[in-house]
Amino acid sequence: MTLDAKVPDGPIQDKWDNHRFKLKLVNPANKRKYTVIVVGTGLGGGAAAASLAELGYNVINFCIQDSPRRAHSIAAQGGINAAKNYPNDGDSIWRLFYDTVKGGDYRSREANVYRLAQVSNNIIDQCVAQGVPFAREYGGLLDNRSFGGAQVSRTFYARGQTGQQLLLGAYSSLMRQVETGKVRLFARHEMLDLVVQNGHARGIVTRNLVNGEIKSWAADAVVLATGGYGNVFYLSTNAKNSNATAAWRCHKRGAFFANPCYTQIHPTCIPVSGDYQSKLTLMSESLRNDGRVWVPKTKGDNRSPDQIPEDERDYYLERRYPSFGNLVPRDVASRNAKAVCDEGRGVGDTGLAVYLDFADAIQRLGEDTIRDKYGNLFDMYERITGENPYKVPMRIYPAVHYTMGGLWVDYNLMSTVPGLFVLGEANFSDHGANRLGASALMQGLADGYFVVPYTIGDYLAGSDQNGTTADDAEFKQTEQEVTARLEELLSINGGKSVTEFHRELGLLVWEHVGMARNKAGLTKVVDEIRALREQFWQDLRIPGDQSQLNKNLEFAGRVADYFELSELMAKDALHRNESCGGHFREESQTEEGEAKRNDDDFTYVAAWEYTGQDKEPKLNKEELSFENVKLTQRSYK
Amino acid sequence: MENMTLLLKVWRQKNAESKGQLVPYTLEGVSQHMSFLEMLDVLNEKLIKDDDDPVEFDNDCREGICGMCSLVINGIAHGPQKATAVCQLHMRHFKDGDTVTIEPWLAKAFPILKDLVVDRSAFDRIIAAGGYVSMNAGGAPDANSSPIAKAVADDAMDAASCIGCGACVAACPNASASLFTSAKISQLAVLPQGQPERKRRVLGMVKQMDSEGFGDCSNYAECEAVCPKEISIAHIARMKREYMKAALTEA
Repeated sequence: MTLDAKVPDGPIQDKWDNHRFKLKLVNPANKRKYTVIVVGTGLGGGAAAASLAELGYNVINFCIQDSPRRAHSIAAQGGINAAKNYPNDGDSIWRLFYDTVKGGDYRSREANVYRLAQVSNNIIDQCVAQGVPFAREYGGLLDNRSFGGAQVSRTFYARGQTGQQLLLGAYSSLMRQVETGKVRLFARHEMLDLVVQNGHARGIVTRNLVNGEIKSWAADAVVLATGGYGNVFYLSTNAKNSNATAAWRCHKRGAFFANPCYTQIHPTCIPVSGDYQSKLTLMSESLRNDGRVWVPKTKGDNRSPDQIPEDERDYYLERRYPSFGNLVPRDVASRNAKAVCDEGRGVGDTGLAVYLDFADAIQRLGEDTIRDKYGNLFDMYERITGENPYKVPMRIYPAVHYTMGGLWVDYNLMSTVPGLFVLGEANFSDHGANRLGASALMQGLADGYFVVPYTIGDYLAGSDQNGTTADDAEFKQTEQEVTARLEELLSINGGKSVTEFHRELGLLVWEHVGMARNKAGLTKVVDEIRALREQFWQDLRIPGDQSQLNKNLEFAGRVADYFELSELMAKDALHRNESCGGHFREESQTEEGEAKRNDDDFTYVAAWEYTGQDKEPKLNKEELSFENVKLTQRSYK
Repeated sequence: MENMTLLLKVWRQKNAESKGQLVPYTLEGVSQHMSFLEMLDVLNEKLIKDDDDPVEFDNDCREGICGMCSLVINGIAHGPQKATAVCQLHMRHFKDGDTVTIEPWLAKAFPILKDLVVDRSAFDRIIAAGGYVSMNAGGAPDANSSPIAKAVADDAMDAASCIGCGACVAACPNASASLFTSAKISQLAVLPQGQPERKRRVLGMVKQMDSEGFGDCSNYAECEAVCPKEISIAHIARMKREYMKAALTEA
């Protein structure tokens, strides 16, 4: 199959405008004849469900939590980028586009990124109009701050709770449409499969998480906004319920999975404290504006930080990257933290941590200013660790945070299954091999408010409304498959819990498909994942039954999918014999240990096609062409 | 510090129809660095090994922002640490040999679904009754076209930081949802964007709040004491003023 990204012709500045003009429209009276399923209520899904309903479509919206307001977008702390250039510091749409393509290490699609930069400004306008209380200057105008990978201040924020405020904005618009009846909302419902009829996505099968009811839903199109797959690693900054099942089920129904090896390890997370650890907590990257990262110069120096004199500290980011210093992009900061810990210079009980020190900033700006900027983050750190970061430097370590890979989509955000659209972190399109800070919120809202409402109309206007109902044979068949799978999981009746299996899988993936990867490890881990998967299907123990609220059953289905997905991640990482962004192959590095791309052989998107259970996935390539940004070795020196 | 042994008394209830009761469990090997929910994870792994049913409890982000966790610990919603959702409460606040009682939010408007899991969809319906600015995507003016004084923006942000967990309801002797409802009303009442629908909003949301079966506010201030985001009851006072003004002029 040839992948057609459907990138419009013309200069990059005009592509989206021209495309919008050419898209077919559905007239207002006809919109109410179409039904769209939206899965997920985060920034992508919530914004899409609200916007599609505002246009007049009938929307059926699902989320797995008890309320749409809990979607994991809510946990984003730092901010959202836009090219407003309010600070007058030289920003522009072009610069945001350029920074994002460069930050993604030249592995994203130029046209999508340019559109993202274009609509970034509309997003800020939209959110302010909704009543989102962004931080402001005394004069009443909006405040901005800096984030990694940029030399301008373009990040809008609401204390350390930007994701929460943007999500509540989208949620309020969504609830307004629930009130009008244009959106039918089903919380505590999990999508367990996609229904494909005559080659088109026509509906989904869900499980009611309270009473176990399996039900089919028919529609004219399906929009998937179900987030990323970071929880493959077991420990990540994702919420406990974040999972890849909806996306993976779509993959098995024909949607190609692109660049699964592109995972982002966030440099500033609170380190692991013990085996019982259930998740990792991120400390916003914005802290690197004022915090200085360091470790002792000497190996095994276990003095308390205040006993280590200035000249015995190694501020390694400032030393190695004088122009970006502590604000280098995430992948660079993470790898450097791992490197100093591997050298034996890590701090804390486990030696797997580095200091993030605010002493200088507190002296320069005063404790009150620091509290005003980061108070809630400092409080959170103290609640978790029992240490006061105003007095003692924070200990931080990288953790899995975001997945740039996801279902392949064309310029219209449609997957390889016609009628299945994929938004936000669930798709692969905008961040290449590494995402810059404050860009995830931007992408989720761009896709939901300003892209899919246009592009879905083009699909619907050209599609044939064939009177699909949830009683059709394809639905009944899919329902049966879903039920059979749940029964199979419950019938294993072995000795190990789903958490035990998940934790073991996570360790394997972290070790071999984590911050640094090599051929030997990637080859070995595929076999290890398969062996563990076999054990899972023989020795899993799920308490309770199908007809009740049963979190172990929910998680078992998700972990079963992680086994298959993690194998694909390893295969993708193995085939991509270059380093780029978050994908670091030890075989491909510069003399200084920086990631070294191989543009001659790997300037493409790897879109994997499912070919059947335990069959080798088929690699399809979308060649990437860079007409506007020149490929260079990324340098933040 | 040595690991602790705790006596847990946990509310177990099969489903919405059945009767529930407190069931005792002894849990050994609790580390002070665990979060409270990680302690419950350890209990659940033990129950699965013992061929018992694990305790169901709502949780998601485990970093105090999604608002999903909802436990009453020794009679206090979200437990003993001030300004902290239970997912951010750590076991260093307990000591060896402690008895810890764990119950769900108890309120008529929050029916129990199973064990410690309750249905809080009443909150969504309150927001749907007016907790928004009626504007469609696409028509917004430039974000800097209407300056907002920092103090006003900060006031709005204080109210907007509500995570919708429902601890305010669980702590209130009347099971009132006034703190939750007033936080949204207050946020939009102080911002210029909220002005056109200011009266309609307060009337709609208060009406919905009352119809869901939440009690009235009698100024106990228990809600403010347990709120993980320290939302002030001053917002309730503002809601009452807003309601009076709207009721007198809109009727």
